[in-house]
Amino acid sequence: MMSTLTALSARKKSRTAQVFRWLWRHAGITFGGAIIAAIVIAGLLAPWITGHAPYTQDLLNTLLSPSANHLFGTDDYGRDIFARVIYGARISIVEVVLSVGLAMLIGIPLGVISGMAGRYIDLVIMWVMDMLFAFPGIVLAILVVSILGGGLINLLIAISLFAIPVYARLSRNLTLGLKRMEYVEAAQALGLSWYRIVVHYILRNAVGPIIVQSTLTAGTVILAAASLSFLGLGVQPPMPEWGTMMSDGRNFLGINIYLSLFPGLAIMLTVLGFNVLGDGLRDLLDKRS
Amino acid sequence: MKAYLAKKLLAFPVILIGVSLLIFVSIRALPGDPARMMAGPEATQEAVDHMRTRLGLDLPLVTQYAHFARDVLHGNLGLSLQSQQPVTQEIGERLPYTLALAVLAYFLAIVIGVPAGMMGAIYRNRWPDYGVMLLAIAGASVANFWLGLMAMNTFSVELGWLPLLGASSWKSYILPSVTLAVLPMAVMARMTRSSMLDVLSEDYIRTARAKGLSAMSIYCSHAFRNALIPIVTIVALNFGSLVGGAVVTESVFNWPGIGRLLVDSVRYRDYPVIQGVALVAVCGVVLMNLLGELLIALLNPKIRFE
Repeated sequence: MMSTLTALSARKKSRTAQVFRWLWRHAGITFGGAIIAAIVIAGLLAPWITGHAPYTQDLLNTLLSPSANHLFGTDDYGRDIFARVIYGARISIVEVVLSVGLAMLIGIPLGVISGMAGRYIDLVIMWVMDMLFAFPGIVLAILVVSILGGGLINLLIAISLFAIPVYARLSRNLTLGLKRMEYVEAAQALGLSWYRIVVHYILRNAVGPIIVQSTLTAGTVILAAASLSFLGLGVQPPMPEWGTMMSDGRNFLGINIYLSLFPGLAIMLTVLGFNVLGDGLRDLLDKRS
Repeated sequence: MKAYLAKKLLAFPVILIGVSLLIFVSIRALPGDPARMMAGPEATQEAVDHMRTRLGLDLPLVTQYAHFARDVLHGNLGLSLQSQQPVTQEIGERLPYTLALAVLAYFLAIVIGVPAGMMGAIYRNRWPDYGVMLLAIAGASVANFWLGLMAMNTFSVELGWLPLLGASSWKSYILPSVTLAVLPMAVMARMTRSSMLDVLSEDYIRTARAKGLSAMSIYCSHAFRNALIPIVTIVALNFGSLVGGAVVTESVFNWPGIGRLLVDSVRYRDYPVIQGVALVAVCGVVLMNLLGELLIALLNPKIRFE
């Protein structure tokens, strides 16, 4: 009995050791993943992390420096900057999920159709994607916002528009590669439907590179969204969006730097997390292939 | 080479036509009545009708595009709704400021980023490499407008060493160009490092080492020359993100370039200017990409002789 228990605990220990060894060997995934996990958790548990509300004004305590009560100080309306930065994580998560999701939803089918159909359909789709690609991302987003107007939803549409060609090109190239695989040819010979081939044989094998791309795109999305909000063309005040907060903070340079300092650090940390995670995942995938 | 050149040169006008069509259609896809949107919410019906006739919005869409394309080819981008000046003149006055900033930023990015990347490759997995990579990852993750604000706060507001806003003297160029240079610098350092690492594992480098060549000669003339192609690619293909960065940086520093013109025009709903700046920005990016591809073909005989 005793010896079985010892053997079990030894196996458990060796498995834990294995996990730690894997995490250590893939430091990028561990480090980046931990940052992103922390930010997502902070966003979700915002009301429990900070005792202050992000919108509550306290005009008697404006522009305070960091203290025990206000960890990051207060802004020009006396709102707690720490609370606003933490709640801002929620908006950033929504921005990433919705705009990356929208870009994938449109870009991937376009790319797969392009790769599978070939010829003129391929030519036309890729031509449109090349055109979108010719725009500097921010310029395209500004053009879209100038037409649709500001606000969170229009901002997300504008940003996803410049991520669509990235997914279209990637999934087209993946489809072209996978299409020539023997198992896809076998599936075609067996007379499986087009839909089944695409979903079960192509997309399932393209998941890895698409996840890597999404992680890297997430960083770009956060930077672009913050840039547009900073320019006053995205999320509007008083929403605690990091770019909007910095735009407010620029009026208080020399008086209170914390208004811009902390939202900027939050952006940097989040984008860093996504970039390091994406690089780590790509290395892992490269090694496998 | 000739076929390659022809293919690339032919794609250029096709993309430009497509892009101009996209910009043209998007401006006319304004929700509601574009003429009313441009005339403003308080404009009288007469003013709205005048705007419609002035912009030719009462004509069929195909005719409108034909007129638009003809005007663009004649260098006529219409009149700004805000200043009533020709859009080409507005852009012409501001473009040199943006170009100066872009050139300075690229210069800084190459002068600092490339040697930093080389150092990372030479000292692979040692502390100079870790230092360079850490800075490069941080540089690629930072929001450039935040960096601009922080630099402005330190060097202009607190220390008073540099001018706060505008382009009044040569000192005004320092902060905006450094701010704009950070991202390409980071990308360049990473790219140089990885392409140098690829080259350093090649047989001819081992041969050069076996011949007893000096480290300087191996790194600079054998390795670097071959690592140059990815670097040129980055310079050319990242021009779009540099333009995007310029839009934001110019707004931070109140820089009189076309980026700020674009942002201001969106605020005033000055659609002819938005259309003009977008067109100029895209043309610049497409042209840079084309130049980059030609340069790569010149540098790389494998592509040239395909």
